[in-house]
Amino acid sequence: MLGGAGPELVTEEVKTGTTIIAVEFNGGVVLGSDSRVSAGDAVVNRVMNKLSPLHDRIYCALSGSAADAQTMAEVVNHQLDVHSIEIGEDPLVCSAATLVKNISYKYKEELMAHLIVAGWDRKDGGQVFATLNGLLTRLPFAIGGSGSFYVYGFVDAEYRKGMSRDECQQFVLNTLSLAMTRDGSSGGVAFLVTIDQHSTEEKIILPKHLPKFFNQ
Amino acid sequence: MATLTVSRAPLGGFDFGNCKRNAVLERETNTAGCSLPSARKTGTTICGIVFKDGVVLGADTRATEGMVVADKNCSKIHYISPNIYCCGAGTAADTEMTTQIISSNLELHSLSTGRLPRVATANRMLKQMLFRYQGYIGAALVLGGVDCNGPHLYSIYPHGSTDKLPYVTMGSGSLAAMAVFEDRYKPDLEEEEAKRLVRDAIAAGIFNDLGSGSNIDLCVITKGKVDYIRPHDEANKKGIRTGDYKYKAGTTGVLSKVVTRLDLELVNEAVLTMDTS
Repeated sequence: MLGGAGPELVTEEVKTGTTIIAVEFNGGVVLGSDSRVSAGDAVVNRVMNKLSPLHDRIYCALSGSAADAQTMAEVVNHQLDVHSIEIGEDPLVCSAATLVKNISYKYKEELMAHLIVAGWDRKDGGQVFATLNGLLTRLPFAIGGSGSFYVYGFVDAEYRKGMSRDECQQFVLNTLSLAMTRDGSSGGVAFLVTIDQHSTEEKIILPKHLPKFFNQ
Repeated sequence: MATLTVSRAPLGGFDFGNCKRNAVLERETNTAGCSLPSARKTGTTICGIVFKDGVVLGADTRATEGMVVADKNCSKIHYISPNIYCCGAGTAADTEMTTQIISSNLELHSLSTGRLPRVATANRMLKQMLFRYQGYIGAALVLGGVDCNGPHLYSIYPHGSTDKLPYVTMGSGSLAAMAVFEDRYKPDLEEEEAKRLVRDAIAAGIFNDLGSGSNIDLCVITKGKVDYIRPHDEANKKGIRTGDYKYKAGTTGVLSKVVTRLDLELVNEAVLTMDTS
């Protein structure tokens, strides 16, 4: 037995070193994420769905510390349930985003998680909100997580206004595929959620079905 | 009304008064040349698997205190409710107390609802408590059970994140055990196959990880029945000694013998009975 520290427990915080993306199209939104959860160097869950429902037509994408992100999503889910009963109808996407922003801002020193909120409501159709560090901004598309840094160039170059539902889904898959290849903390399968007025559709895309690029 | 002391309304929030005291204690013991006792960890291999009719939980039985084995046969599979059990890795005291607290709260909850508790409820209670303590409670848990919705298996991390999966491993031997699972897991296994798979996964942890060792405990939970098998496999039996240090009477020769009587006087004899009224 070589000298030095004894058997180490994995007590590093569990992070969802991640790639998440949300894009708005006319009539709805498309959300996408990878599925890798790491604790230090080890992958502790290779099939985690980081697209978490806040309400029937509102989802959020989780990134950062797994515990902080999961807890934020569950708290906002509860608050939205209460809110929607109080107003007697489905909540607005900006209400959900505001609730997330309030938690992010108030506990910005303690929490380390970024949630992208996206969904459809009757008033404004499909919307995507970023809530990084406690700001609240509506965007045509948003990316987040450690893998997003590798694809900022790609999304800036490839995004076009007025894409259709299928084009948006392809755009999301292309982005995820590129990020998952280059970022060590992203990988596994790709989860896709498409929300519009009529339905919320969840899909899993296995690695062999993801679009292939150079060197893959 | 005049009072001698001014009463202050109790302050909300956390009281960090003991942090200064702990820092002083640490400094004093370090200058005195000794170190504070370290918390006993169960450097561990624990795992769980969902099979056709329920869940199988497995654990090794070694508890370490630094590089010394503190307990060769400790029990790491804790009772939560008649249909839910929980394996614990991390700081032994934290896993013990956390599971006891949640078990107690869950029993009250179950009496209040009038129903058998659900695994998802236990999961929520555990994750909300661990998140509240921001990772300072070092309890990494594998929670498994069978309820009205079927068999469920969760892994819960010290910071409060949880994963719901068909097979999970935790502890320092988790990578060794996960290697076995990734190779041989199939959905809808039979009970005997599942027990064999869990036993092999824990064995991989025991033999390839320094923090895990001794025996393998198993807990098989199905609808209406719990099989707590302790030990399931004595993977590390103590060997039989082939030599002995006992000598026959008379091996050493006696040269001389002197007997001295001690004359003691009985001064006082009193019988005190315990008051058991």
